[in-house]
Amino acid sequence: MTVQCNTMKKVFTRPKSLRDVRTHYCPGCGHGVIHRLICEAIDELGIREKVIGIAPVGCAVIAYDYWDFDTTEAAHGRPPAVATGIKRMMPDRIVFTYQGDGDLAAIGTAEIIHAANRGENISVFFVNNGTYGMTGGQMAPTTLLNQKTTTTPHGRDAKTAGYPLKISEMLAILPGTAYLERVSTHSPKEILKARAAIKKSFVKQIENKGFSMVEILSACPTYWKMSPQEAVRHMEKAVASYYPLGILTEK
Amino acid sequence: MKKVLMSGNEACGEGAMIAGCRFYAGYPITPQNELTEYMARRMPETGGVFIQSESEVAAINMVFGASLTGARAMTSSSSPGISLKQEGISYMAACELPAVIINMVRGGPGLGNIAPAQSDYFQATKGGGHGDYHLIVLGPSSAQEMMELTVLAFDLADKYRTPVLILGDGLIGQMMEPVLVNSRQSLVVSKKLTTKNWVLTGCKGRDPRIVKSLWLNDGALEAFNRKLGEKYEHIKRAETRYEAVRTEDADIVFVGYGSVARILRAAVARLREEGIRAGLLRPITLWPFPQAAIRQLSKKTKKFVVVEMSMGQMLEDVELAVAGNAKIEFYGRPGGGIPHEEEIYQRVIARHKVPKQSKK
Ligand SMILES: Cc1ncc(C[n+]2csc(CCOP(=O)(O)OP(=O)(O)O)c2C)c(N)n1
Ligand code: SF4
Repeated sequence: MTVQCNTMKKVFTRPKSLRDVRTHYCPGCGHGVIHRLICEAIDELGIREKVIGIAPVGCAVIAYDYWDFDTTEAAHGRPPAVATGIKRMMPDRIVFTYQGDGDLAAIGTAEIIHAANRGENISVFFVNNGTYGMTGGQMAPTTLLNQKTTTTPHGRDAKTAGYPLKISEMLAILPGTAYLERVSTHSPKEILKARAAIKKSFVKQIENKGFSMVEILSACPTYWKMSPQEAVRHMEKAVASYYPLGILTEK
Repeated sequence: MKKVLMSGNEACGEGAMIAGCRFYAGYPITPQNELTEYMARRMPETGGVFIQSESEVAAINMVFGASLTGARAMTSSSSPGISLKQEGISYMAACELPAVIINMVRGGPGLGNIAPAQSDYFQATKGGGHGDYHLIVLGPSSAQEMMELTVLAFDLADKYRTPVLILGDGLIGQMMEPVLVNSRQSLVVSKKLTTKNWVLTGCKGRDPRIVKSLWLNDGALEAFNRKLGEKYEHIKRAETRYEAVRTEDADIVFVGYGSVARILRAAVARLREEGIRAGLLRPITLWPFPQAAIRQLSKKTKKFVVVEMSMGQMLEDVELAVAGNAKIEFYGRPGGGIPHEEEIYQRVIARHKVPKQSKK
């Protein structure tokens, strides 16, 4: 049955920058939500035809199948270097990277620190889910202490595996970093804040302010071995208390 | 055209400027620092971008990004640094992104030394990085060629949408020679090459584009590899380059490239004076290798002498080309040793009985 609803206003629709396809993400995964937030920000700012997005190696590698603008795929950890090459050649385009915690905070540590330190005028969306989703749930640099992963079967022990890395705090002290905020996706309220932060990062880039990054806490129910509901509660209680939300720097 | 005294490193940089290079990223390493420093000076003068990157890994990935926008882009390094670039080079070959990569080879393996060497031939011509790909590899043997082959490298990179590697060495890089600085017109192949319909510029007025190297669907990567393979076959047919010096009547043909070829050229002249019919075949493209030319020669030449500044790498390609048709001798100086003309002359004289009739 079709209902005529001429009088109703459309308040929610798929962003133009997001393709009308089904994603491959697991139920309760944060990646899909974050993709959408980025697309909403791009639509709102009217920059779809100026954007170049860089997908990481990680669960989000085929983000380009979901995004409807120019995209590429960088080697694992190298999106900030690729973004640097693109942005320096085309300073009037909007360039962003999308990176997991393995990509950005382990193998790509050098690239992210130096892109920030050069004040590259790019936006970085850093998805912290505390594990390596794509390769099957191994320890990430951001894995919490005592968290069980396939490579920390008895829980992460600082004595042998070090501490969960607060890379955003490290990047925030660099003079090249114009804006850095940590947000989360564990509730509608936090998702709205995440959306605002993503948009702000693009605005900083449009205003040529320099390097900006939004760290987005995200769930990986599959490798946390939790239901989507449990994962969300875990994010609020455990993850967000180790990784405090809020603006780390803004210039 | 003006003649300028330049090192091979500087001549390479000037070649890049002539070719319209817009982006350079590199990390210091001897013996190619003069090139990085030259680019640091010259790129900003022409509105181009120079970045001293945090590593060779970052440099090649910056070049990846710049190339995506359609800009002519280059990076340079020497052996250990080129090893670090291999993942990025493989990605560029897979994404069919043009770029020019310079390797001023030094002694290896490991940290080795900073003396000239040719021990990265395998790495350059047989893959280097992972996967089923080739680079076009050029082997300049003078500062002049360093410049001209750099221009050619940019054209070939654009023409075939592939990374092109120049395999120099510390000697070519640091030796000063007079160089005829040609104008762009006299060197560049075609304007068409710089119009690119695959670049990422934002999707204004067209459908979005994706440049990637992941092919997950059943059979997709196999089909892509076959397409790449066809491109490489085409390059083999169209772009093989070599120089033959007095090979028509030669009993002994030297095979050597780069700096070694200069030494061999002098040895040929000296042996000819002694009545020994020597010649030189100098590969200019190391990949594609001038296999057909060597095979042809092997049907009438008695002996090939392969000389390399390594333990014998190109030697394997010569063996494949000769296919048992003639004798092959090898003389190698690894680890930074440079063969002297006298050494080569003495070796040949000692082993070669001068034919009676040519001794009059
Ligand atoms: C050079 C290199 N090393 C390792 C890998 C394998 N690998 C693919 S994705 C990945 C980690 C992904 O984790 P993360 O970045 O946190 O993203 P997620 O999948 O959790 O979204 C690794 C180690 C690779 N592709 N390339
Ligand atoms: S494995 Fe984890 S990060 Fe990957 S899609 Fe599934 S839930 Fe998301």
